[in-house]
Amino acid sequence: MTARTISSATSLKGSKRIAAGFALLFIGATLTFAAGFSSMAVAHNTAHDTRHAIGFPCH
Amino acid sequence: MIGRAVLAVLLAGIAAGLVMGVIQHVRLTPLILEAEVFERAGGSASHSHGAAPEAGTTAESGGHDHDHGEGWKPEDGWPRTLATTFTAAMTGAGFAAILAAVSLLTGLQISRKNGILWGLCGFLAVTLAPAAGLPPELPGMTAADLFARQVWWVGTIAATAAGIYLFATQTRAAALVLAAVLILAPHVIGAPVPPQGENLIPAELIARFVSNSIAANAVFWCIIGVFLGLVLGQTAKDIYAT
Repeated sequence: MTARTISSATSLKGSKRIAAGFALLFIGATLTFAAGFSSMAVAHNTAHDTRHAIGFPCH
Repeated sequence: MIGRAVLAVLLAGIAAGLVMGVIQHVRLTPLILEAEVFERAGGSASHSHGAAPEAGTTAESGGHDHDHGEGWKPEDGWPRTLATTFTAAMTGAGFAAILAAVSLLTGLQISRKNGILWGLCGFLAVTLAPAAGLPPELPGMTAADLFARQVWWVGTIAATAAGIYLFATQTRAAALVLAAVLILAPHVIGAPVPPQGENLIPAELIARFVSNSIAANAVFWCIIGVFLGLVLGQTAKDIYAT
């Protein structure tokens, strides 16, 4: 009984960790895409010097 | 929990972005501006896209008009510096979020003690490995197709990161061989090759930019790793307990 309670609590924590991981992956990919890859003129012009400095392929 | 993690990546991104912004202002953007002079000089000879504007506010940013349409762009001086610093912080937060995501998905905790190692691994995967095939570029350099370069860049980062993960967590020979293959494969396949043609930018300028850029990115990644370790290590300990 105790063991079952612990194991269900553990898997809940584990799934929360995975969910948080995917949420952060989405946030990170969105920010990185906007700063480094978006071909919109405004995004490109604003991030231009940073794209070159970070080493994103640009132009 | 996710709120704490988002706070951690934002803090790491802002800290790294502010420092990167200063380094860019002092060591990198001046080289970009210098390259844009060469780019414009070469561009006006080989491209004819209307009359080139005389010196003035539009001249500095006019160098890319043959590549990209018009559109708002930050004016030279403080607006451009601010835009650069802001986007550096954005990139820092993006990288920090992906690094934190890797930590959460693999269950390998980022802590105060190992934060700088995480940052250095990020530097190896995102800066150093791709730089072996696609060194940081200056405006006006001849380069291969943009999309092909982006695919190789992202693929190299993913393969290198996977290789580092295997080296860090596995001990079986097969896994270590796979790790080496993953890290080497992008370089055996080779980065997209730029077309033959004269380069508008002096090699000395390119060398200075590449070395300064790689060094700046090492600092950038160390700050990201250290801050993630400080904030995430304190606030999210429980989440790794599984």
